[in-house]
Amino acid sequence: MSFAYTDVSMKEFQELQKNFPGDAKGKMSLVIPALWLSQRQNGWINGDVVEYVAGLTGTEPLHVWGVATFYSMFNKEPVGKTLLQFCTNISCGLLGGNELIQHACSRLGIEKGGTTQDKKFTIFEVECLGACGTAPVVQVNDTYHENMTMEKLDSLIDQMSS
Amino acid sequence: MPEKRIILDKIEDKHSPNIDFYRGNGGYEALKKALTQMSPSQILDEMKASNLRGRGGAGFPVGVKWSFINRTFPGPKYLICNADEGEPGTFKDREILQKKPHIMIEGMIIGAYVMGLDAGYIYIRGEFYEPIQAVDKAIREAYDAGILGKDIMGSGFSFDLYTYRGAGAYICGEESSLINSLEGKRGLPRLRPPFPAQVGLYGRPSTVNNVESFSAVPSIINNGGKWYAGLGTPKSGGTKLFSISGHVNRPGVYEIPMGTPWTELFNDMAGGVKDGKKLKAVIPGGSSTPVLRPEELDGMTMDYESVQSKGSMLGSGAVIVLDETTDMVKLLYRILHFYAHESCGQCTPCREGCDWYYDIISRIRHGKGRLEDLDLFERLAKNIGPNTICAFGDAFTTPALSFTRKFRDEFVEYIKNGNK
Ligand SMILES: Cc1cc2nc3c(=O)[nH]c(=O)nc-3n(C[C@H](O)[C@H](O)[C@H](O)COP(=O)(O)O)c2cc1C
Ligand code: SF4
Ligand code: FES
Repeated sequence: MSFAYTDVSMKEFQELQKNFPGDAKGKMSLVIPALWLSQRQNGWINGDVVEYVAGLTGTEPLHVWGVATFYSMFNKEPVGKTLLQFCTNISCGLLGGNELIQHACSRLGIEKGGTTQDKKFTIFEVECLGACGTAPVVQVNDTYHENMTMEKLDSLIDQMSS
Repeated sequence: MPEKRIILDKIEDKHSPNIDFYRGNGGYEALKKALTQMSPSQILDEMKASNLRGRGGAGFPVGVKWSFINRTFPGPKYLICNADEGEPGTFKDREILQKKPHIMIEGMIIGAYVMGLDAGYIYIRGEFYEPIQAVDKAIREAYDAGILGKDIMGSGFSFDLYTYRGAGAYICGEESSLINSLEGKRGLPRLRPPFPAQVGLYGRPSTVNNVESFSAVPSIINNGGKWYAGLGTPKSGGTKLFSISGHVNRPGVYEIPMGTPWTELFNDMAGGVKDGKKLKAVIPGGSSTPVLRPEELDGMTMDYESVQSKGSMLGSGAVIVLDETTDMVKLLYRILHFYAHESCGQCTPCREGCDWYYDIISRIRHGKGRLEDLDLFERLAKNIGPNTICAFGDAFTTPALSFTRKFRDEFVEYIKNGNK
């Protein structure tokens, strides 16, 4: 199954091209934005995405693969519909981040890094999210949930399960 | 000294991100003044007089950095804003990005005018999805108002500005790694020299500054470099944003004049240790700065020189408060886990060293440590920091050394009696 942008993604990609010089160097800058658009559309980065992005940006698939694997936010495997990312770095760890992730894991019956069988949830343990003043923090897809408590986490999971 | 809000002025207003609100409160007046009444060299003089030091962590004087660019060098030259905000404990730039993006944009345009730069990129960490939306909106507003793009405010000066979304890598906060990332590559730090002022983005002269550094610029233009310098201490000008978190009653971002006593920030503003517990230690400038014991905080003021005189660093102004219940062994274990995960891997001493450090702390934490392990930290450190391309090597050895030196008893207890 090969990968290609939808019209919406392609239009955004063409808009982004204007942000960089038109030469080969400028085109290479598009690798990361192009991977972002691909991940939004496809959910994760696979070999087909890598080939496609290489074609779009005039780079080698090996280069694109190197980039995709360097950055932790590019999923190299499919993730659930709701991606729960728990910060357990210093301040979140001091204020209950570890207990939150353990609770989520046992409630959903998965380990850190795992995905539920119904593909609804994935749990990641992540590094400082740059929001330590409202620790503990859980990133739910694109949105930060701050000052997280067990109760808030439970109702969030309830809401996302339905 | 109470809080003194210059960058954070009116940030609590829900309209604060909007250009109309910003302009209604004096925003973009500094840009107008810079473009119509001041020459680039006059502005540079004010910047140098302000004693503004880079707010990303290293504290390098901004005016001096700006003078490294040869503004008449032919061809494109670039300005880069570092909004990677990855140092654990730091959360001040997010505040600006989300709630007052125009003050950073204004500072960037002034910088571009001073250095004769053509285009700018704001590199924002990938997790900051909502802040990126806020900055993108602000950029659109500024284009619509004739504040970005061609012939800004009728001055003849042109400058384009874009955001760039990172994708999860702490090391991309290091400026040369950030440049590689912006070029669509893996974020590997570069050997210097050459410095970005000569060979930066796309091999062109470039300047990188932190979000907060740019955000301080408008007030310097409006009120003069001397005024800004006068707010702080002789060597640390102006106000600084402090992110205070951990075991503290009122965590948050506080803007205070450099030189404000530690006790005012900690007790009066942040409300002291959470739940009336006793203070055990403070990490004053982010996870890679040496931890301080309570007695070392005596007489400390919040500026580069004073924190340094106590044996630590002001860093990014990320103050992490640890109460008496904190297990220093487990905390160091978590910190070294972070660094082992984030090394870019291109220098052997760093790549091998951070894994080795993590192995050592793992065995100590699990009750299998040896007393010699504490000396091993010391010996290895001598061969790591000086032999690496970037400062990451020092960033992970420093907390290990300061934790084990200052809380040695706790480590010895784990080594002798295990984790109870
Ligand atoms: C490992 C490492 C991580 C860094 N992370 C950041 C960061 O997240 N944000 C930042 O502004 N500077 C960071 N820096 C500092 C930058 O390299 C650079 O000094 C800074 O962006 C310059 O801007 P300034 O002079 O305005 O502070 C980091 C440095 C190192 C060595
Ligand atoms: S010191 Fe570490 S992080 Fe920095 S360039 Fe070398 S391997 Fe990479
Ligand atoms: S420690 Fe969790 S957001 Fe910083």
